[in-house]
Amino acid sequence: MSDVKMRIWRGDKDGGEFENYSLKPQEGEVVLDVIHRIQATEAPDLACRWNCKAGKCGSCSAEINGKPRLLCMTRMDQLPEGEEVTVTPMRAFPIIRDLVSDVSYNFEKARQVPAFLPPPRPEGGYRMSQADVERGQEFRQCIECFMCQDVCHVIRDHEENKTNYAGPRLFIRYAELEMHPLDTNDRRDLVRDKMGLGMCNITKCCTEVCPEHIKITDNAIIPLKERVVDADFDPVAWLGRKILRRTKRTPAEASVQPEA
Amino acid sequence: MTTTENSATRVDNSSTPVILGGARGGPDVTTMRTDRWWLAPVITVAILGSFVIYATWAAFVNKDYYVGANMHRDLISPFYSPCLTQSCVATGAANKAVFSWWTISPALLILIFPLGFRMTCYYYRRSYYRSFWWAPPACSVADSHKSYSGESRFPLIMQNVHRYFWYFGLVFNVLLTYDAVMAFRTPGDGGIGVTIGTMVLCLNATLLWGYSLSCHACRHLCGGQVRSFSKHPIRYKFWKFVTPLNAKHMQFAWVSLFVVALTDVYVRLVASGTITDFKLF
Repeated sequence: MSDVKMRIWRGDKDGGEFENYSLKPQEGEVVLDVIHRIQATEAPDLACRWNCKAGKCGSCSAEINGKPRLLCMTRMDQLPEGEEVTVTPMRAFPIIRDLVSDVSYNFEKARQVPAFLPPPRPEGGYRMSQADVERGQEFRQCIECFMCQDVCHVIRDHEENKTNYAGPRLFIRYAELEMHPLDTNDRRDLVRDKMGLGMCNITKCCTEVCPEHIKITDNAIIPLKERVVDADFDPVAWLGRKILRRTKRTPAEASVQPEA
Repeated sequence: MTTTENSATRVDNSSTPVILGGARGGPDVTTMRTDRWWLAPVITVAILGSFVIYATWAAFVNKDYYVGANMHRDLISPFYSPCLTQSCVATGAANKAVFSWWTISPALLILIFPLGFRMTCYYYRRSYYRSFWWAPPACSVADSHKSYSGESRFPLIMQNVHRYFWYFGLVFNVLLTYDAVMAFRTPGDGGIGVTIGTMVLCLNATLLWGYSLSCHACRHLCGGQVRSFSKHPIRYKFWKFVTPLNAKHMQFAWVSLFVVALTDVYVRLVASGTITDFKLF
């Protein structure tokens, strides 16, 4: 087998460049193993965030040959043999150093999600059927690798949209809450007006890169869009609400969360 | 049942500022992808472009869309069904026309609805945003627009009418199913039979039902919009029925597009006398 040729982005907020490394191949390696070998031999100062090495912590997100992937879950033998492997940090977020980017944007957006707000607790506790539990279970598999946020062109190519766009990772959180039978918040106006649901043009890149195979677009974003249509764009639904005297909650009521 | 008070109070936290800016890592290039990411958009442009060109020609040509009693077959092209206009020959008598004021090709009146259904379809939106609009052309390839507002403003905010086109689509499915059933007749002979044309029309109607039932709006209206499945067991059953179909929506979208064009081609070839509609039994 020929040597493994790695081309890794080195730099920080002041700029950077690619550096090339060449190593002997080892059977069964993932890209993170190769990065660790480079750290152990040629570049001990190479920065790389990682933790579980099992595809469950979401720490080692980066871009391999231009595609967002987990370094720990990408086997070297899945990549074109004999060709250079390019590793860069996630493009949508500010860089800290080398392969480590600042993902705090996502946590700021997570803080803006109006939290789960159940009705007063009945005697004997809350009850949920298995069908309702299973519906939200898919969304709970998210490991917060933020690759869906990274690949989303709404913020990847348009920094100015970050103010008013929650992104796919938070849309699955909104969807999970909206589909929760015990939640009393109505977030439809919020996701439309302040979280930029309308900016998503459903190109499904988030679904393509999700390492947990969550159907982000089909099961979260499109159902959210349809709920927004119910609320704001469907005259028959509007008439139904009028006849049945079911009023939609106001944006002010939707923009709330319980105290910690 | 008694209840205890919920201690949660409502606090507005939606205005937490997001810090923007900061130098990004990696080189300033359109993409670092090394695979053939451009292939899918090129194929999509070729197929959708070909369909649009063919459908436009077929809609304007205004002939050879009906095989009638003189050929002992009852076949009508899906582009021209239902035949409700003054100019449509399949009604047999012009005075039966519902839209008597419409004197040009009837297809132009009809195609608005299936075209609108497909144009606002979530799957086709994905396809043409990527391939025609390059927003983005492929995942992690930079889009070609300086600013971007997606479907949040006019005109793209009109994509939200998709469910209404879906309702119209259901009406057309019923009509095309009726056409498929009528295709079993052999007018002039007074009997029934199965021809290649019958099979083609049946296949077309079946795939269009598949495309409509797998639609995301259908899935939502069937049961997706409820908060609690357990309180709506019948809607939950509907939702469970259409959810596996929804997973195949892309396949239904492409295959039904091919077959609707194929059906028009077949009826056109038979009506013009180029081929004979072979009778199976």
